[in-house]
Amino acid sequence: MATAPERLHLAVALDGTGWHPASWREPDARPADLLTPRYWTDLVSEAERGLLDFVTIEDGLTLQFDNPLRADERTDRVRGRLDAVLIASRVAPRTSHIGLIPTAITTHTEPFHLSKAIATLDYVSSGRAGVRVQVSGSRDAAAHFGRRTVPDEPKEFADELFTEAADYVEVIRRLWDSWEDDAEIRDVSTGRFIDRTKLHYIDFEGSKFSVKGPSITPRPPQGQPIVAALGHGEAAYRLIASSADVGFVTPHGAAETTAIVDVISAHRAGDAAPAKVFADLVVFLDDTVAGATARRERLDAILGREYISDAEVFVGTPQGLADVLQEWHAAGAAGFRLRPATLPHDLLQITDGLVPELQRRGAFHDAYHAATLRGALDLPRPANRYSNV
Amino acid sequence: MRKPVKQIHLAAHFPGVNNTTVWSDPASGSHIDFSSFVHFAETAERGKFDFMFLAEGLRLREQGGEIYDLDVVGRPDTFTILAALAAVTDRLGLTGTINSTFNEPYEVARQFASLDHLSEGRAAWNVVTSWDAFTGENFRRGGFLAENERYERAEHFLEATHTLFDSWRGDEIVADKDSGVFLSDPAAGAFSYRGAHFDISGRFNVPRSPQGRPVIFQAGDSDHGREFAAAAADAIFSRHGTLADGQAFYADVKGRLAAHGRRPDQLLILPAATFVLGDTDAEAADIAHDVRLAQVSPATAIKFLEQLWNRDLSDHDADGPLPSVDPIVGENTISRGRASVRMHRDPIATANEWRAKAEAENLTTRELIVEVTGRQTFVGSPSTVAETINHLVQADASDGFILVPHVTPGGLDSFVDQVVPLLQERGVFRADYEGTTLRDHLGLAQPVPAVAAAR
Repeated sequence: MATAPERLHLAVALDGTGWHPASWREPDARPADLLTPRYWTDLVSEAERGLLDFVTIEDGLTLQFDNPLRADERTDRVRGRLDAVLIASRVAPRTSHIGLIPTAITTHTEPFHLSKAIATLDYVSSGRAGVRVQVSGSRDAAAHFGRRTVPDEPKEFADELFTEAADYVEVIRRLWDSWEDDAEIRDVSTGRFIDRTKLHYIDFEGSKFSVKGPSITPRPPQGQPIVAALGHGEAAYRLIASSADVGFVTPHGAAETTAIVDVISAHRAGDAAPAKVFADLVVFLDDTVAGATARRERLDAILGREYISDAEVFVGTPQGLADVLQEWHAAGAAGFRLRPATLPHDLLQITDGLVPELQRRGAFHDAYHAATLRGALDLPRPANRYSNV
Repeated sequence: MRKPVKQIHLAAHFPGVNNTTVWSDPASGSHIDFSSFVHFAETAERGKFDFMFLAEGLRLREQGGEIYDLDVVGRPDTFTILAALAAVTDRLGLTGTINSTFNEPYEVARQFASLDHLSEGRAAWNVVTSWDAFTGENFRRGGFLAENERYERAEHFLEATHTLFDSWRGDEIVADKDSGVFLSDPAAGAFSYRGAHFDISGRFNVPRSPQGRPVIFQAGDSDHGREFAAAAADAIFSRHGTLADGQAFYADVKGRLAAHGRRPDQLLILPAATFVLGDTDAEAADIAHDVRLAQVSPATAIKFLEQLWNRDLSDHDADGPLPSVDPIVGENTISRGRASVRMHRDPIATANEWRAKAEAENLTTRELIVEVTGRQTFVGSPSTVAETINHLVQADASDGFILVPHVTPGGLDSFVDQVVPLLQERGVFRADYEGTTLRDHLGLAQPVPAVAAAR
């Protein structure tokens, strides 16, 4: 058995200089390097040194705004970012074990393009690719594309976006399977490079798009790279249950963790393996509780208010965080996606503090044991849906 | 006045999904594993090449209603593979073909600006258009774009992306921790573009990249395409690799620049070129002949025939004469997803030319196809090939070449090992990179962000 069931999974969510809006003001922050390849390589390499299962990389189709749905003209926050899929790909050859899960927006983009992009990320990383799909209800993002208007009724629009996201994931998954693994035959005697009976039209027809297929990119090393989604409510939980391998959720205690895991499981089709539910936490870590609290207060003073998040905010020591993670893990969370309040400080607290602590408790692996991200998450390489059809 | 000696520009085209690429060669490796791309890119960089070049196709080709299976099939996503190659190279330019029909300006602009940041100034974009409903079946937009609208849409697409690239001047990020000022301009990235094909506005979210904009390539050969290139491109990926053809094309396109307020050195002409090397010219010629036969198998010859004849000729004997039946004139329905079939403007006339040639030279169908689909651009010993390339460049048939090896991934090795040193000895090709960006390698100036500067 590669992984004992009591072991939990750990991931880190990378975004700019960290999740606290004032993080770029920290002495160790590197706000002037955010657009350089070195910055991202350094962070992901550090996460890999800490044996984390994967990193996620945030993205969006607008500038970062304090309220994602309302543009602002602030000049005191980090603004500007690089395409997350390309960051992941740039980092892939410089790392060897850690999973890479960039964010992609499903609302205005082409599933055909994203499918081959993630398949290619899987090739360049030798099987460490995933994608976190996200919808965008932003009027500003819509205006950047000019093909769609955002209606006034937010609830209906959200339902429409999540339905579209489920279709989108269905398309990218079918495209990944549209080549069977042994489609390339190089049969010199007949002159055929491929056996075309092993390539498949996907013939998807939905309300927002239709896609014929097959992909231009052969089936990626993992067969199906990991699909992840973040959810806060019913529509997103249904998307996680129907379409994702990994769900990021934001409980604020052990009981709520259990409740959310149950809701997602209840939506899952009967024969499907349950989605891996990861709880998100924003973390302010230090060697002492007082130190962590002082850091948070200092950052909040710059912010001018208390920092709030959709996710639970943990302020304390790595040991204290380990207690929480073990409790929530026992309550049903497969793992945790930690959002460092500041970078690199809180990432180093995770790799130098939290990871050794969890290892001492037998709750986290001592080495990478799998070659692929699916393997790291104890997921088998799936059969191709089109084989033997 | 004596004409100054030109420096040659060299680039490497990753072997493509057509019959030029000989996958049956025992030395042929994977066309999709990252290791093949790494080998190819590292070889090009070892040879101090200006850039490597990737083509793109967004639907697998079909012939006779079935997926075409005789050539290499399958390739990676252009942006994603180039971003990964930026990690294993330091100086090599990274040129990707990206379609302007089945993409949106905001997304393409952020991908190219990101690639330029992540490669520290080495990104280039070969802008192509496609307008067929066949490819459109893979995309939201679907559809068909009338031929007369395709260049207009491509022009607007390029204008829109330039508006986006120029929405940041490059000096907005202050990131001063003490004062708390991250941006010097509250409206950084503000843009608006309105035209017949796009109506977009807002804030671009990728700050200005090292090259300002990616280097722009254009590949079309029509009058429209040439005019588009003269107005907006930094380089042309051309088909005219011979002396006479090359000189005519070179003079024509460079002659169009003045009308757009541009100098001749602001647009580079880089034809695609295949090559076969041997210890002697005679040996190279023998190898070249064998390569041509491998590229045009009997089955491939029939497929080429069908593309012109526009009908099923699967029962035809490739080792016999050309068919006596005439091509079907009109929309080409036999082959889909292949740009070359659109060049057969008058299939009956072409068929008659082929018949005359086959009769005069006593050629079978396959031998005829070998002849009409063109021999390799450069065949000979390393010194012959070096001399030929230098002659063509100094005679203004081109500014250099985009070399297309026929074997993946090692097909470039012999050129880099044997021909590049000879060009370096002659002082017509760089001994080492002098700059860091692709604009540096190509001698192109940094663009000035006109729009943002006016804000």
